[in-house]
Amino acid sequence: MIRVVLPYHLRNLAKVGSEVALEVTGPVTQRSILNELEARYPVLSGTIRDHVTQKRRPLLRFFACETDHSYDDPDTPLPEAVASGAEPFFVVGAIAGG
Amino acid sequence: MSGVRVLVGTRKGAFILTSDGKREKWDVSGPHFGGWEVYHMKGSPVDPNRIYASQSSGWFGQVMQRSNDGGKTWETVGNKFLYEGTPGTHQWYDGTPHPWEFKRIWHLEPSLTNPDVVYAGAEDAALFRSDDAGDNWQELAGLRTQGSGSQWMPGAGGMGLHTIVIDPTNPQRIFVAISAAGVFRTDDGGLTWKAANRGLKSKYIPDPNAEIGYCVHRIAMHKARPNTLFMQLHWNVMRTDDAAESWTNISGNLPTDFGFPIEVHAHEPETIYVVPIKSDSEHYVDEGKLRVYRSRTGGTDWEPLTNGLPQKDCYVNILRDGMSVDSLDECGIYFGTSGGQVYMSPDSGDHWTAIVRDLPPVVSVEVQTLA
Repeated sequence: MIRVVLPYHLRNLAKVGSEVALEVTGPVTQRSILNELEARYPVLSGTIRDHVTQKRRPLLRFFACETDHSYDDPDTPLPEAVASGAEPFFVVGAIAGG
Repeated sequence: MSGVRVLVGTRKGAFILTSDGKREKWDVSGPHFGGWEVYHMKGSPVDPNRIYASQSSGWFGQVMQRSNDGGKTWETVGNKFLYEGTPGTHQWYDGTPHPWEFKRIWHLEPSLTNPDVVYAGAEDAALFRSDDAGDNWQELAGLRTQGSGSQWMPGAGGMGLHTIVIDPTNPQRIFVAISAAGVFRTDDGGLTWKAANRGLKSKYIPDPNAEIGYCVHRIAMHKARPNTLFMQLHWNVMRTDDAAESWTNISGNLPTDFGFPIEVHAHEPETIYVVPIKSDSEHYVDEGKLRVYRSRTGGTDWEPLTNGLPQKDCYVNILRDGMSVDSLDECGIYFGTSGGQVYMSPDSGDHWTAIVRDLPPVVSVEVQTLA
């Protein structure tokens, strides 16, 4: 199972706890995780990535294994520790707004 | 027994204030959607328990909410606002072409006849319609793609479609207002549109006969006079009596004619309300005094209403959707401020009291009169 940690507001929106477990088929990438996340929780569609361009919203970041993957190609495989469920994939709200 | 429900959108969530018809004791619920900006909430005139809310965030974008029980519970509905076809460009601040990009929903206007039909005004300016209670949205693209859309330019606060007024006698006729493009009218339910700004003047537009480019802040209509509209322009208060074919200035003796909201009395079509703001550079009330101005003559002659409002050291602003009225026998007037107060008058503006004083900055106020 893939583990995903969502920021506070998205947890509330999706009515989930601090961590979500997802079954992802095929390569574990940003895109495959987010596709599964949005399929499981349609309310999150458009809140992490744009409906049309599928690009990450500007004030969100993707972290995993103590590395910022925000600028990676969304189809790049994530670390094996994420794929195995040993480490979570973090969706993080950037510190902004004072 | 009659009552009122006041829907308050703020920078950090939504609040619902309820009272019986006396409007003396209030229950406050909220924050709903705490931490999110709620630009607007509005209830269906057909089914007052059906309320729509626009919830947004710089981090997470646009979320739409619907309540079927008067705001006690909410369900998330569709947030897919897609511009029709290739979006094209409008003008950027520097005059260069800039792609149309969806940012947020500024205003919601439920149909006057069908609780499942609702219109949404977007930034970047566009009008959307849902026929299934907000689950799916379709752009009425004629507004944006025909004529002048490529020449529209944002105001300082963005290029938002912020006002939607439906003619109660003819649902095919809709007026919208856009900052800073102006007023547009459709007579065929949104397929085709025409600019409706003749008579407006702006010192920021060198061409005195410019068809578009006006920073209209809000327009308001009394349901008994669908051809008469009142407008708070950036500077100047205006009216039309021919369904926006032409506008005339009714600023009269206002101390300053800059402001944002304008509203019409529920039972007196020629009684209107504005809140003069010192200037477009300062965005707070003049002289430290919070004064609502009322005209009982459809404009030009204005009187300050101050009883119960702070008359010193007050420097708040009232935004365009921040004022509303109820339709009880004695018309109530309500407005919210950037300081988090929501004031109400149970007697057409003669006396005021604060329902709440310490909310986050208020963005919008809508009032439902309940049977």
